[in-house]
Amino acid sequence: MNRTENEASRMVLSPSMKLADLIELNYSLLAVLSRLGIDLGFGENTVGEVCEEHGIDLSSFLLICGIYTYDDYIAPNDLLKAGNPADVVKYLHSSHSFYLDDELKKLEKSLEELVAPCDETQKKIIYRFFSEYRKEVENHFAYEEETVFPYVKSLLSGGSRNGYSIEQFEENHSNIDEKLNDLKNIVMKYLPSVCDTVLRNSVLYHIFFLEEDLDKHTLIENNVLVPMVTRLEEHEKRQQ
Amino acid sequence: MKNDSSKKVLLIIPSRIMVRGIEGVFSDLGEFRVEGILSDISRTSETRLKNMDADLIIIDPVVFDYATRPSGRSYIAEYTDAAVVALQTIVMEDDVWKQYDEVISIYDAPPVIIRKLRTALSAHQELPKPDSHELSSREKEILICVAKGMLNKEIADLYNISIYTVITHRKNITRKTGIRTVAGLTVYALLNNLIDSSSVE
Repeated sequence: MNRTENEASRMVLSPSMKLADLIELNYSLLAVLSRLGIDLGFGENTVGEVCEEHGIDLSSFLLICGIYTYDDYIAPNDLLKAGNPADVVKYLHSSHSFYLDDELKKLEKSLEELVAPCDETQKKIIYRFFSEYRKEVENHFAYEEETVFPYVKSLLSGGSRNGYSIEQFEENHSNIDEKLNDLKNIVMKYLPSVCDTVLRNSVLYHIFFLEEDLDKHTLIENNVLVPMVTRLEEHEKRQQ
Repeated sequence: MKNDSSKKVLLIIPSRIMVRGIEGVFSDLGEFRVEGILSDISRTSETRLKNMDADLIIIDPVVFDYATRPSGRSYIAEYTDAAVVALQTIVMEDDVWKQYDEVISIYDAPPVIIRKLRTALSAHQELPKPDSHELSSREKEILICVAKGMLNKEIADLYNISIYTVITHRKNITRKTGIRTVAGLTVYALLNNLIDSSSVE
Protein backbone atom coordinates (compact mmCIF):
# COMPACT_ATOMS: atom_id res chain seq x y z
CA MET A 1 0.00 0.00 0.00
CA ASN A 2 2.74 2.41 0.97
CA ARG A 3 4.92 1.66 -1.97
CA THR A 4 4.80 3.73 -5.12
CA GLU A 5 6.57 2.97 -8.34
CA ASN A 6 8.69 6.07 -8.49
CA GLU A 7 9.09 9.58 -7.22
CA ALA A 8 7.13 11.10 -10.06
CA SER A 9 3.94 9.14 -9.53
CA ARG A 10 3.87 9.80 -5.81
CA MET A 11 1.53 12.35 -4.38
CA VAL A 12 3.30 15.19 -2.62
CA LEU A 13 1.77 15.92 0.74
CA SER A 14 0.88 19.59 0.77
CA PRO A 15 -0.87 22.07 3.09
CA SER A 16 -3.62 22.65 0.54
CA MET A 17 -4.61 19.00 0.46
CA LYS A 18 -7.85 18.05 2.15
CA LEU A 19 -7.12 16.18 5.36
CA ALA A 20 -9.71 13.57 4.35
CA ASP A 21 -7.77 12.91 1.13
CA LEU A 22 -4.60 12.45 3.10
CA ILE A 23 -6.26 9.77 5.22
CA GLU A 24 -7.62 8.18 2.05
CA LEU A 25 -4.05 8.00 0.79
CA ASN A 26 -2.80 6.30 3.95
CA TYR A 27 -5.26 5.32 6.63
CA SER A 28 -2.58 4.49 9.19
CA LEU A 29 -2.30 8.27 9.61
CA LEU A 30 -5.47 8.02 11.72
CA ALA A 31 -3.23 7.01 14.62
CA VAL A 32 -1.01 10.02 13.96
CA LEU A 33 -4.00 12.37 14.08
CA SER A 34 -5.18 11.08 17.41
CA ARG A 35 -1.69 11.35 18.90
CA LEU A 36 -1.53 14.97 17.78
CA GLY A 37 -4.90 15.67 19.33
CA ILE A 38 -6.69 16.18 16.02
CA ASP A 39 -10.23 14.86 16.38
CA LEU A 40 -12.20 13.42 13.50
CA GLY A 41 -15.05 15.43 12.04
CA PHE A 42 -12.76 17.91 10.29
CA GLY A 43 -15.13 18.14 7.31
CA GLU A 44 -13.59 19.56 4.13
CA ASN A 45 -10.77 21.35 5.91
CA THR A 46 -7.32 21.25 4.42
CA VAL A 47 -4.17 20.04 6.13
CA GLY A 48 -3.04 23.64 6.59
CA GLU A 49 -6.33 24.72 8.11
CA VAL A 50 -6.52 21.84 10.54
CA CYS A 51 -2.95 22.37 11.68
CA GLU A 52 -3.57 26.04 12.26
CA GLU A 53 -6.77 25.35 14.15
CA HIS A 54 -4.97 22.94 16.48
CA GLY A 55 -1.82 25.00 16.83
CA ILE A 56 0.31 22.28 15.25
CA ASP A 57 3.40 23.23 13.33
CA LEU A 58 2.65 22.49 9.67
CA SER A 59 6.16 21.44 8.64
CA SER A 60 6.47 18.92 11.46
CA PHE A 61 3.06 17.55 10.56
CA LEU A 62 4.02 17.08 6.91
CA LEU A 63 7.30 15.42 7.91
CA ILE A 64 5.59 12.96 10.23
CA CYS A 65 2.94 12.13 7.62
CA GLY A 66 5.60 11.76 4.92
CA ILE A 67 7.56 9.21 6.94
CA TYR A 68 4.38 7.34 7.75
CA THR A 69 3.27 7.20 4.16
CA TYR A 70 6.38 6.48 2.11
CA ASP A 71 8.89 3.80 3.03
CA ASP A 72 11.84 5.58 1.49
CA TYR A 73 10.78 9.12 2.38
CA ILE A 74 13.64 11.56 2.59
CA ALA A 75 12.83 14.52 4.83
CA PRO A 76 13.16 17.67 2.69
CA ASN A 77 15.56 20.28 4.03
CA ASP A 78 13.14 23.19 3.89
CA LEU A 79 10.65 21.33 6.10
CA LEU A 80 13.41 20.34 8.53
CA LYS A 81 14.50 23.95 8.66
CA ALA A 82 10.99 25.31 9.18
CA GLY A 83 9.73 22.62 11.51
CA ASN A 84 9.55 23.05 15.26
CA PRO A 85 11.31 20.24 17.17
CA ALA A 86 9.01 20.90 20.14
CA ASP A 87 6.06 19.63 18.10
CA VAL A 88 7.95 16.54 17.05
CA VAL A 89 8.82 15.90 20.69
CA LYS A 90 5.17 16.38 21.62
CA TYR A 91 4.18 13.81 19.03
CA LEU A 92 6.81 11.30 20.13
CA HIS A 93 5.82 11.75 23.74
CA SER A 94 2.17 11.08 23.08
CA SER A 95 2.97 8.05 21.00
CA HIS A 96 5.06 6.74 23.89
CA SER A 97 2.04 6.93 26.16
CA PHE A 98 -0.09 5.44 23.42
CA TYR A 99 2.17 2.37 23.29
CA LEU A 100 2.57 1.90 27.01
CA ASP A 101 -0.93 2.81 28.19
CA ASP A 102 -3.02 1.44 25.35
CA GLU A 103 -1.31 -0.84 22.90
CA LEU A 104 0.88 -2.97 25.13
CA LYS A 105 -1.93 -3.40 27.64
CA LYS A 106 -4.30 -4.50 24.90
CA LEU A 107 -1.69 -6.85 23.47
CA GLU A 108 -0.99 -8.34 26.88
CA LYS A 109 -4.68 -8.92 27.49
CA SER A 110 -5.28 -10.63 24.17
CA LEU A 111 -2.10 -12.68 24.58
CA GLU A 112 -3.29 -13.87 27.99
CA GLU A 113 -6.59 -14.85 26.48
CA LEU A 114 -4.82 -16.66 23.67
CA VAL A 115 -2.55 -18.78 25.85
CA ALA A 116 -5.22 -19.52 28.48
CA PRO A 117 -5.64 -23.14 27.30
CA CYS A 118 -1.87 -23.84 27.48
CA ASP A 119 -0.34 -25.58 30.48
CA GLU A 120 0.95 -23.59 33.42
CA THR A 121 4.66 -23.72 32.54
CA GLN A 122 4.01 -22.58 28.99
CA LYS A 123 1.84 -19.73 30.21
CA LYS A 124 4.41 -18.68 32.75
CA ILE A 125 7.26 -18.52 30.28
CA ILE A 126 5.21 -16.57 27.74
CA TYR A 127 4.07 -14.07 30.38
CA ARG A 128 7.63 -13.69 31.48
CA PHE A 129 8.77 -13.10 27.93
CA PHE A 130 6.12 -10.46 27.45
CA SER A 131 6.95 -8.64 30.66
CA GLU A 132 10.63 -8.61 29.72
CA TYR A 133 9.63 -7.09 26.41
CA ARG A 134 7.53 -4.44 28.09
CA LYS A 135 10.36 -3.62 30.49
CA GLU A 136 12.67 -3.15 27.52
CA VAL A 137 10.23 -0.80 25.80
CA GLU A 138 9.71 1.13 29.03
CA ASN A 139 13.45 1.57 29.54
CA HIS A 140 13.91 2.60 25.94
CA PHE A 141 11.17 5.22 26.17
CA ALA A 142 12.28 6.35 29.63
CA TYR A 143 15.69 7.31 28.31
CA GLU A 144 14.09 9.46 25.65
CA GLU A 145 11.58 10.99 28.06
CA GLU A 146 14.12 11.69 30.79
CA THR A 147 17.20 12.60 28.79
CA VAL A 148 16.54 13.37 25.15
CA PHE A 149 13.29 15.33 25.29
CA PRO A 150 14.32 17.59 28.21
CA TYR A 151 17.57 18.25 26.36
CA VAL A 152 15.70 19.33 23.23
CA LYS A 153 13.43 21.56 25.28
CA SER A 154 16.30 23.20 27.08
CA LEU A 155 18.13 23.72 23.81
CA LEU A 156 15.04 25.41 22.37
CA SER A 157 14.73 27.76 25.31
CA GLY A 158 18.41 28.61 25.05
CA GLY A 159 19.27 26.71 28.20
CA SER A 160 22.41 24.82 29.01
CA ARG A 161 23.44 21.67 27.16
CA ASN A 162 24.92 19.94 30.17
CA GLY A 163 27.51 18.26 28.03
CA TYR A 164 24.88 16.28 26.15
CA SER A 165 24.46 16.28 22.41
CA ILE A 166 22.00 14.60 20.08
CA GLU A 167 24.86 12.55 18.71
CA GLN A 168 24.85 10.57 21.95
CA PHE A 169 21.21 9.75 21.38
CA GLU A 170 21.99 8.39 17.94
CA GLU A 171 24.71 6.23 19.44
CA ASN A 172 22.56 4.90 22.27
CA HIS A 173 19.46 4.39 20.22
CA SER A 174 18.89 0.70 20.81
CA ASN A 175 16.66 -1.60 18.86
CA ILE A 176 13.51 -2.72 20.58
CA ASP A 177 12.08 -4.58 17.63
CA GLU A 178 13.80 -7.92 18.18
CA LYS A 179 11.65 -9.25 20.99
CA LEU A 180 8.45 -8.18 19.24
CA ASN A 181 9.62 -9.99 16.14
CA ASP A 182 10.34 -13.06 18.27
CA LEU A 183 6.88 -12.88 19.79
CA LYS A 184 5.43 -12.78 16.30
CA ASN A 185 7.29 -15.92 15.30
CA ILE A 186 6.32 -17.69 18.51
CA VAL A 187 2.63 -16.88 18.10
CA MET A 188 2.63 -17.67 14.40
CA LYS A 189 4.74 -20.82 14.37
CA TYR A 190 5.20 -22.40 17.76
CA LEU A 191 2.20 -22.02 20.05
CA PRO A 192 0.48 -25.35 20.70
CA SER A 193 -2.60 -26.09 18.62
CA VAL A 194 -4.94 -25.75 21.61
CA CYS A 195 -4.73 -22.00 21.04
CA ASP A 196 -7.68 -20.53 19.19
CA THR A 197 -6.95 -19.58 15.57
CA VAL A 198 -9.14 -16.48 15.49
CA LEU A 199 -7.51 -15.10 18.63
CA ARG A 200 -4.15 -16.02 17.25
CA ASN A 201 -4.82 -14.07 14.08
CA SER A 202 -5.95 -11.03 15.97
CA VAL A 203 -2.84 -11.08 18.15
CA LEU A 204 -0.75 -11.40 14.99
CA TYR A 205 -2.50 -8.48 13.28
CA HIS A 206 -1.82 -6.45 16.36
CA ILE A 207 1.87 -7.37 16.41
CA PHE A 208 2.28 -6.60 12.72
CA PHE A 209 0.62 -3.23 13.26
CA LEU A 210 2.82 -2.42 16.27
CA GLU A 211 5.93 -3.52 14.45
CA GLU A 212 5.26 -1.18 11.57
CA ASP A 213 4.21 1.65 13.85
CA LEU A 214 7.30 1.37 16.07
CA ASP A 215 9.41 1.26 12.95
CA LYS A 216 7.93 4.56 11.78
CA HIS A 217 8.33 5.94 15.28
CA THR A 218 12.06 5.21 15.16
CA LEU A 219 12.33 6.73 11.69
CA ILE A 220 10.70 9.93 12.95
CA GLU A 221 13.27 10.08 15.74
CA ASN A 222 16.24 9.36 13.51
CA ASN A 223 15.25 11.21 10.35
CA VAL A 224 13.25 14.15 11.68
CA LEU A 225 14.12 14.88 15.29
CA VAL A 226 17.85 14.19 15.07
CA PRO A 227 18.50 16.37 11.98
CA MET A 228 16.33 19.19 13.41
CA VAL A 229 18.24 19.16 16.68
CA THR A 230 21.61 18.84 14.96
CA ARG A 231 20.72 21.99 13.04
CA LEU A 232 19.85 23.77 16.30
CA GLU A 233 23.13 22.70 17.86
CA GLU A 234 25.10 23.98 14.88
CA HIS A 235 23.19 27.22 14.96
CA GLU A 236 23.97 27.64 18.64
CA LYS A 237 27.64 26.92 18.07
CA ARG A 238 27.86 29.56 15.37
CA GLN A 239 26.38 32.15 17.69
CA GLN A 240 28.92 31.53 20.38
CA MET B 1 18.55 -10.36 -24.52
CA LYS B 2 16.60 -11.57 -21.55
CA ASN B 3 15.94 -15.22 -21.19
CA ASP B 4 14.65 -17.38 -18.39
CA SER B 5 17.91 -19.17 -17.76
CA SER B 6 19.81 -15.97 -17.06
CA LYS B 7 21.02 -15.62 -13.50
CA LYS B 8 19.36 -13.11 -11.23
CA VAL B 9 21.73 -10.51 -9.85
CA LEU B 10 21.07 -8.07 -7.03
CA LEU B 11 23.19 -4.92 -7.03
CA ILE B 12 23.98 -3.18 -3.75
CA ILE B 13 25.76 -0.20 -5.18
CA PRO B 14 25.21 3.45 -4.28
CA SER B 15 26.55 4.86 -7.55
CA ARG B 16 23.98 5.12 -10.33
CA ILE B 17 26.73 5.30 -12.91
CA MET B 18 28.24 2.00 -11.76
CA VAL B 19 24.80 0.40 -11.78
CA ARG B 20 24.20 1.58 -15.33
CA GLY B 21 27.60 0.27 -16.33
CA ILE B 22 26.90 -3.19 -14.98
CA GLU B 23 23.47 -3.24 -16.58
CA GLY B 24 25.18 -2.34 -19.83
CA VAL B 25 27.68 -5.21 -19.51
CA PHE B 26 24.85 -7.64 -18.76
CA SER B 27 22.67 -6.56 -21.63
CA ASP B 28 25.62 -6.80 -24.05
CA LEU B 29 26.77 -10.21 -22.90
CA GLY B 30 23.63 -11.88 -21.55
CA GLU B 31 23.79 -14.73 -19.05
CA PHE B 32 23.12 -12.40 -16.10
CA ARG B 33 20.37 -9.90 -15.51
CA VAL B 34 19.81 -7.25 -12.86
CA GLU B 35 16.91 -8.33 -10.69
CA GLY B 36 17.09 -5.51 -8.18
CA ILE B 37 19.11 -2.53 -7.08
CA LEU B 38 19.72 -1.32 -3.55
CA SER B 39 21.65 1.84 -2.89
CA ASP B 40 22.28 1.13 0.78
CA ILE B 41 21.91 -1.36 3.60
CA SER B 42 18.91 0.00 5.48
CA ARG B 43 16.16 -1.89 7.16
CA THR B 44 13.94 -1.81 4.08
CA SER B 45 16.88 -3.05 2.07
CA GLU B 46 17.29 -5.97 4.48
CA THR B 47 13.75 -7.09 3.79
CA ARG B 48 14.31 -6.93 0.06
CA LEU B 49 17.60 -8.74 0.44
CA LYS B 50 15.81 -11.55 2.21
CA ASN B 51 12.94 -11.79 -0.24
CA MET B 52 14.71 -11.25 -3.53
CA ASP B 53 15.99 -14.79 -4.07
CA ALA B 54 18.89 -13.61 -6.19
CA ASP B 55 21.54 -16.05 -7.46
CA LEU B 56 24.29 -13.56 -7.04
CA ILE B 57 24.89 -10.26 -5.31
CA ILE B 58 27.33 -7.59 -6.41
CA ILE B 59 28.12 -5.25 -3.58
CA ASP B 60 30.25 -2.17 -3.25
CA PRO B 61 31.55 -2.50 0.34
CA VAL B 62 31.41 1.27 0.78
CA VAL B 63 27.80 0.69 1.84
CA PHE B 64 29.20 -0.63 5.11
CA ASP B 65 30.82 1.77 7.50
CA TYR B 66 34.47 1.31 8.30
CA ALA B 67 33.99 -0.88 11.35
CA THR B 68 31.52 -3.33 9.79
CA ARG B 69 33.32 -3.73 6.46
CA PRO B 70 35.41 -6.74 7.49
CA SER B 71 32.22 -8.63 8.39
CA GLY B 72 30.19 -7.45 5.40
CA ARG B 73 30.09 -10.88 3.78
CA SER B 74 28.64 -12.58 6.86
CA TYR B 75 26.12 -9.77 7.26
CA ILE B 76 24.79 -10.58 3.78
CA ALA B 77 24.85 -14.31 4.62
CA GLU B 78 22.34 -13.70 7.38
CA TYR B 79 19.76 -12.77 4.77
CA THR B 80 20.54 -14.80 1.71
CA ASP B 81 22.55 -17.77 0.49
CA ALA B 82 23.48 -16.11 -2.80
CA ALA B 83 27.07 -15.86 -3.97
CA VAL B 84 28.49 -12.45 -3.16
CA VAL B 85 30.94 -10.57 -5.36
CA ALA B 86 32.54 -7.32 -4.31
CA LEU B 87 32.87 -4.36 -6.64
CA GLN B 88 36.10 -2.54 -5.93
CA THR B 89 35.58 1.20 -6.32
CA ILE B 90 37.99 2.45 -3.68
CA VAL B 91 41.06 1.10 -1.92
CA MET B 92 40.35 -0.90 1.22
CA GLU B 93 42.24 -3.28 3.45
CA ASP B 94 42.93 -6.76 2.03
CA ASP B 95 40.75 -8.41 4.66
CA VAL B 96 37.71 -6.65 3.26
CA TRP B 97 38.15 -8.26 -0.15
CA LYS B 98 39.19 -11.72 0.99
CA GLN B 99 35.80 -12.56 2.45
CA TYR B 100 33.98 -12.28 -0.89
CA ASP B 101 33.57 -15.06 -3.42
CA GLU B 102 35.18 -12.87 -6.07
CA VAL B 103 36.21 -9.24 -6.53
CA ILE B 104 35.64 -7.23 -9.67
CA SER B 105 37.48 -4.04 -10.35
CA ILE B 106 35.95 -1.05 -12.12
CA TYR B 107 38.72 -1.43 -14.72
CA ASP B 108 37.88 -5.04 -15.56
CA ALA B 109 36.86 -5.65 -19.18
CA PRO B 110 33.26 -6.87 -19.62
CA PRO B 111 34.24 -10.49 -20.49
CA VAL B 112 36.46 -10.59 -17.40
CA ILE B 113 33.56 -9.43 -15.25
CA ILE B 114 31.31 -12.14 -16.62
CA ARG B 115 34.01 -14.78 -16.11
CA LYS B 116 34.50 -13.73 -12.51
CA LEU B 117 30.78 -13.87 -11.84
CA ARG B 118 30.66 -17.39 -13.32
CA THR B 119 33.57 -18.49 -11.14
CA ALA B 120 31.90 -17.05 -8.07
CA LEU B 121 28.66 -18.84 -8.84
CA SER B 122 30.19 -22.24 -9.49
CA ALA B 123 32.52 -22.03 -6.47
CA HIS B 124 29.57 -21.09 -4.35
CA GLN B 125 27.36 -23.92 -5.57
CA GLU B 126 29.91 -26.49 -4.50
CA LEU B 127 29.47 -25.52 -0.89
CA PRO B 128 27.00 -27.65 1.04
CA LYS B 129 23.68 -25.86 1.12
CA PRO B 130 22.10 -25.24 4.48
CA ASP B 131 18.76 -26.09 2.95
CA SER B 132 16.99 -27.82 5.79
CA HIS B 133 14.46 -25.82 7.74
CA GLU B 134 14.48 -28.20 10.68
CA LEU B 135 17.05 -27.80 13.42
CA SER B 136 19.84 -30.37 13.31
CA SER B 137 20.58 -32.33 16.46
CA ARG B 138 23.71 -30.26 17.14
CA GLU B 139 21.70 -27.09 16.70
CA LYS B 140 19.15 -28.38 19.17
CA GLU B 141 21.90 -29.10 21.70
CA ILE B 142 23.25 -25.60 21.30
CA LEU B 143 19.80 -24.08 21.47
CA ILE B 144 19.27 -25.81 24.82
CA CYS B 145 22.52 -24.34 26.14
CA VAL B 146 21.53 -20.87 24.94
CA ALA B 147 18.09 -21.21 26.51
CA LYS B 148 19.74 -22.15 29.79
CA GLY B 149 21.68 -18.93 29.65
CA MET B 150 25.12 -20.28 28.74
CA LEU B 151 27.62 -18.00 27.04
CA ASN B 152 29.17 -18.79 23.65
CA LYS B 153 32.53 -19.49 25.28
CA GLU B 154 30.97 -21.96 27.71
CA ILE B 155 29.13 -23.75 24.91
CA ALA B 156 32.32 -23.92 22.85
CA ASP B 157 34.20 -25.48 25.78
CA LEU B 158 31.42 -27.94 26.52
CA TYR B 159 31.35 -29.38 23.00
CA ASN B 160 34.98 -28.75 22.29
CA ILE B 161 34.28 -26.58 19.24
CA SER B 162 35.39 -23.07 18.37
CA ILE B 163 33.41 -19.98 19.33
CA TYR B 164 33.14 -19.25 15.63
CA THR B 165 31.33 -22.58 15.11
CA VAL B 166 28.99 -21.80 18.00
CA ILE B 167 28.18 -18.44 16.40
CA THR B 168 27.52 -20.12 13.05
CA HIS B 169 25.16 -22.58 14.73
CA ARG B 170 23.38 -19.74 16.51
CA LYS B 171 23.00 -17.86 13.24
CA ASN B 172 21.48 -20.94 11.64
CA ILE B 173 19.13 -21.44 14.58
CA THR B 174 17.95 -17.85 14.21
CA ARG B 175 17.63 -18.18 10.46
CA LYS B 176 15.51 -21.31 10.79
CA THR B 177 13.31 -20.25 13.68
CA GLY B 178 13.14 -16.52 13.03
CA ILE B 179 13.88 -15.95 16.72
CA ARG B 180 16.74 -13.67 17.61
CA THR B 181 16.76 -13.02 21.36
CA VAL B 182 17.85 -15.40 24.10
CA ALA B 183 14.53 -14.89 25.87
CA GLY B 184 12.69 -15.81 22.67
CA LEU B 185 14.83 -18.92 22.16
CA THR B 186 14.03 -19.98 25.71
CA VAL B 187 10.32 -19.77 24.95
CA TYR B 188 10.90 -21.74 21.76
CA ALA B 189 12.86 -24.45 23.57
CA LEU B 190 10.17 -24.82 26.20
CA LEU B 191 7.26 -24.90 23.75
CA ASN B 192 9.07 -27.59 21.79
CA ASN B 193 9.82 -29.61 24.93
CA LEU B 194 13.57 -29.28 24.49
CA ILE B 195 13.87 -28.07 28.07
CA ASP B 196 11.60 -28.18 31.09
CA SER B 197 10.77 -25.20 33.24
CA SER B 198 13.10 -26.28 36.06
CA SER B 199 16.14 -25.64 33.89
CA VAL B 200 15.29 -22.01 33.23
CA GLU B 201 14.41 -20.92 36.74
